Amino acid sequence: MDTTVHERINQEVADNPVVLFMKGSPVFPQCGFSAAVVQILSHLGVKFKGVDVLADPGIRQGIKEFSNWPTIPQLYVKGEFVGGCDIIREMYETGELQQVLEQKGVPVRA
Amino acid sequence: MAMDAAMIERLIKESLPDAQVSIEDLRGDGDHYAAHVVSNAFRGKTRVQQHQMVYQALRGRMGNELHALALQTGAPED
Repeated sequence: MDTTVHERINQEVADNPVVLFMKGSPVFPQCGFSAAVVQILSHLGVKFKGVDVLADPGIRQGIKEFSNWPTIPQLYVKGEFVGGCDIIREMYETGELQQVLEQKGVPVRA
Repeated sequence: MAMDAAMIERLIKESLPDAQVSIEDLRGDGDHYAAHVVSNAFRGKTRVQQHQMVYQALRGRMGNELHALALQTGAPED
């Protein structure tokens, strides 16, 4: 992977406590899987930064190599890759997502 | 591009021979699947690691020929 792409991804996940690499923007998701994760985060009142991979082919490819994960969306909390759509959905349903966010010091709406 | 369910199952079982795999073609279009994979190899692994093992088994097809595969993974219950 291009080192500058790697650097930019590192910077994003270092600068923002919660980052969602997604297709489209949080306001206009361009894919149902991205929309589902946005909906969960919004429902929990979690502030996050959305990075639109469709706007940047370098990031779109680079993020898959960064996490060794082949699909978008990808959620990062405090620099750590937490999961894609299926995992986030499953964690949300079991209450685990809320726990992980709180443990990492991210405020969640009760 | 589509991929058939038997192929997905075969690839997963090549990497995880003990796996119980059930696959559902969600829209009947050969492009949107849900797979439930249970294997002893998942024991002690995080969900991210478990899914990575399945993606590894699919050898780069996920995100390419295979557009959507909703995954649920776990180790067998004792």
